[in-house]
Amino acid sequence: MTPATSVLLLTTLTGFGYGLIAWLGILAALGFLPSAPLFLPIAVLVGLGFANAGLVASTLHLGHPERAWRAFSQWRSSWLSREGVASLSTFPPTIVFAALWWILGPDALATRTFGAIAAVLGLVTVGCTAMIYASLKPIRQWHNPHTMPDYLIYAVFSGAVLLAAIWALWFGAAHGLAIAALIAAVAAGSAKFAYWHFIDRQKPLVTLASATGLAAFGTVRPLDQPHFAENYVLREMGYQIARKHAVKLRWIALTLAFLLPALLALLAASGIAPVGAATAAAFSALVGLLVERWLFFAEATHVSTIYYGR
Amino acid sequence: MTSLPQPLPGAKKLGLVIDLDTCVGCHACAVNCKEWNTGGHYAPLPDHEPYGKDPAGVWFNRIHSYEAGCGSTSRTVNFPRSCLHCDEPQCVTVCPTGASYKRAEDGIVLVNTDICIGCKLCSWACPYGAREFDDDAGVMKKCTLCIDRIYNETLPEAEREPACVATCPSRARHFGDLGDPNSKVSQLVAERAGVALMPELGYAPVNRYLPPRKATIPAKPLEQRATGTTNALLRMIDKVLSR
Repeated sequence: MTPATSVLLLTTLTGFGYGLIAWLGILAALGFLPSAPLFLPIAVLVGLGFANAGLVASTLHLGHPERAWRAFSQWRSSWLSREGVASLSTFPPTIVFAALWWILGPDALATRTFGAIAAVLGLVTVGCTAMIYASLKPIRQWHNPHTMPDYLIYAVFSGAVLLAAIWALWFGAAHGLAIAALIAAVAAGSAKFAYWHFIDRQKPLVTLASATGLAAFGTVRPLDQPHFAENYVLREMGYQIARKHAVKLRWIALTLAFLLPALLALLAASGIAPVGAATAAAFSALVGLLVERWLFFAEATHVSTIYYGR
Repeated sequence: MTSLPQPLPGAKKLGLVIDLDTCVGCHACAVNCKEWNTGGHYAPLPDHEPYGKDPAGVWFNRIHSYEAGCGSTSRTVNFPRSCLHCDEPQCVTVCPTGASYKRAEDGIVLVNTDICIGCKLCSWACPYGAREFDDDAGVMKKCTLCIDRIYNETLPEAEREPACVATCPSRARHFGDLGDPNSKVSQLVAERAGVALMPELGYAPVNRYLPPRKATIPAKPLEQRATGTTNALLRMIDKVLSR
């Protein structure tokens, strides 16, 4: 599948935004957040800013962005519509959560309840985003049991590194959160490794013989293409990444997204330059996850291209 | 509504039956499809640089050619490919706006281009590569089964069939109700053991492909053995040449 910038930004930035909101909501519900009155509202704004940037980016690839509001209507059948509904419904309770923290304080039951609601809705949104890809049967690298949990793990990891950075910038240290970020980095890196192991051993969904119904004649090979030039299907879905590039990019993604943030989180946790380390970890994770997401698209193959012998 | 319609009792299931035995790969169906549809329901279809170095455009019908089998028994199979108007079209259910829909009365899968937001997700959901995006209009387009011909009362009744079927010079394309087991097309499918493409993916396509016939016409041996013939002259020639 051809990686489109808008979709890379959507999935990565909403992962950071809703991941951060999930961490804030859960930690507030459990009473683990410091009672600094401005900290939470500002952290929530950062989270909503990331989520909003992702959502706006996603409308850029539409043929008719002005009709985007129509996408909220088909939640009964469409995961894309569900994602739209869930992403917007996360905003009001999250804003109420931040307002209640400001007005009633961190310990009020209402604050904690809205924190929990915001966290759940944020994770539901990420789950819906994942299901857009996981539900597409023609793409074996997406339609498998890895996609949905992986997106949630990456969102939790993104939120952890982002919160650790904000926390360190605000309070000058972030021991607990740096440890959480470290654990999340190890979990997310392992999930990615397991995913690559899985897709590398998958069999193609069909052969050209079965796709054409000509299996009884033996092997089938393409002779003539329908047209001399590339068409929409090949431009959109026929993207093929060179194997040697894929291996290099996997290492770049693994290093920037998970290994480097894990090491930096370890530094921050042990109190060595916590502000710089936690901030650098978040930046590295953002760049690394963009590379990881690029690969998620570039390595995905669409079954329709079999008709073109790809 | 992109939820699939409840099947109506006695509803038609319109579709195509394509005979891979008689298709000669002339591309007339693709050309007539383009010709009709660039003035039809989804008009116009983009056609950039048609005579230039890098022509690009939307086609609802594309004709591949394959070699099936190996060696002396292999054959060329021309393979027209268009929307199969599936019974379980995921291209419809993934649509977030309700632009993509399947008609309850005849099973035709269509796009309402007035509300399509151009997210392209339907084309990702189609395993057959049948949908093509119109960059000029910013919306998705696809085969309509010539909905503007088959129900068009201003056309003579004999012409109320899809453009691709009407134009096929070898009569390799057939149009009809595949939901009715007694229809001509259903009987043709039964008689020729017609197949659905990629049934394992679960889209339940309506269109059927008739596989090439395996029968071959036995050729006479090039030379008849002269031994045993009663003709004395041939026996003598055979004897001389066999030395």
